[in-house]
Amino acid sequence: MAGFGTSIGRPIYGRGPSPGLRFTVYALLSLTLMNLDQRAHWSQRLRYGLEAVAYPVQVAVNSPLAAWHWLTDSFSTRGMLRIENQRLHDQVLALQLAQLRQQALEQENAQLRELHARMPPLVKKWIVAEVIGVDSGTLRQRLIINRGAREGVAVNQPVLDGAGIIGQVAHVGPWSAEVILITDPEHAIPVQVQRNGLRTIAVGSGNAEELLLPYLAVNSDVRGGDVLLSSGLGGVFPAGYPVGRISGVHRESNQLLAQVRAEPTAHIDRARELLLVEFEPGNPAAPPTTEALAAAASPEPAAPAPASAAPPDGSGAPAARGGAARAKRKDAAAKP
Amino acid sequence: MISRESLPAILLTSTVALVLNILPLPGWLPVIRPAFLVLAVLYWSTMAPFVAGMALGFFGGLALDVFQGSLLGEHALALSFLTYLALRLNLLTRAKPIFEQSLYVLVALVAYELLLWLIDGWTGHALSSPLRWVHTVVGALIWPLVVGVLGRFHTTR
Repeated sequence: MAGFGTSIGRPIYGRGPSPGLRFTVYALLSLTLMNLDQRAHWSQRLRYGLEAVAYPVQVAVNSPLAAWHWLTDSFSTRGMLRIENQRLHDQVLALQLAQLRQQALEQENAQLRELHARMPPLVKKWIVAEVIGVDSGTLRQRLIINRGAREGVAVNQPVLDGAGIIGQVAHVGPWSAEVILITDPEHAIPVQVQRNGLRTIAVGSGNAEELLLPYLAVNSDVRGGDVLLSSGLGGVFPAGYPVGRISGVHRESNQLLAQVRAEPTAHIDRARELLLVEFEPGNPAAPPTTEALAAAASPEPAAPAPASAAPPDGSGAPAARGGAARAKRKDAAAKP
Repeated sequence: MISRESLPAILLTSTVALVLNILPLPGWLPVIRPAFLVLAVLYWSTMAPFVAGMALGFFGGLALDVFQGSLLGEHALALSFLTYLALRLNLLTRAKPIFEQSLYVLVALVAYELLLWLIDGWTGHALSSPLRWVHTVVGALIWPLVVGVLGRFHTTR
């Protein structure tokens, strides 16, 4: 490529190789990087390092927004704080009430499943993370958060806010992580209609206020206002967490599939603090581990019951109880 | 000919352009946001070809890959290609009237986006939206502004 150069592009006082040669070198470098990043996990370490370098810049770039939030927070008046305090107080009471009911329901559920041992709590550990960067376009819906591998964040970890599921961790750096939102067009989450248990998949639309349900037949029983819960299939998200609410169903008689849209329950475009949750593998609602998925998929009937409903008795503790095994979970829900 | 002293200015303006590129913006602004870093790299490799070389394009593109979480090397390849074009054609384009330059910039930005689009398709990110092309037009429209602003950063002529 360097050979066909006319005198036009050549440096007049020749300093270093010609642009053609240098372009060839850089292009080969780029192609190698892309190949490594696409196929091998070899470049994960490189990316990990690069994200460490990028972290301070991301914090700096986001600082005007953070400063604005800090300013509005510190100048909020006593009256506003009192109102907020009152609201939070009411919310705590309501949540306590719901919690009471939930304990009763969990006990009842455990009895129904004839489990004599007490069910372990679903949530094993959670980390609060702050959003330090937003990447919202029609093709990418991502967030950068200020918690990384040092705090125990792992790839494919579910991310929630107070109202529902937000997304999952896509890349991890030492102090930061990238979250792919459920509204990213490359993200799909298995869901279930709360009213009748209908299972389907919700795909991101590229708009932070909309999810698409492209795989529902025209005659399927969905209505506007139906609540979508995560179904727990796919091995990433736990079962039973709110994902969205159906906002529109459009049926055409000459089409096989209905056009169904949903509105995410979580405050995807407004959330500033997120929860990164690690689930107790013993609980039936937790996402199954890689080992459990492999056991369920193998032809030998090692586990006759569905993997997610394995009895969580303490004596027969599953091997995959550590956090390290969970990081290697299949990326099943990330790619439709 | 621009002397070597403008290298800090080039790095400074490119960094500012990168920050503008990755700054979180609300609503529809990200769609019409021009690719500031690409414009800065185009400007510097046209106007100061011996100071800002291929390395600026490559490492600028790599920075975009890291900050935007895209495939490592994707933007690096596209921006290296644009830098190569700009370096090759700088004697042809730098003396042209500004609006004709805008036209070249439009072609360059479309080539850049086309390359990204092809790489996206080849690597399995086939989802695309016509909105991704909007920034090419916006970039060509603000080129006179870019020339006006970056022109102040020449230290010696």
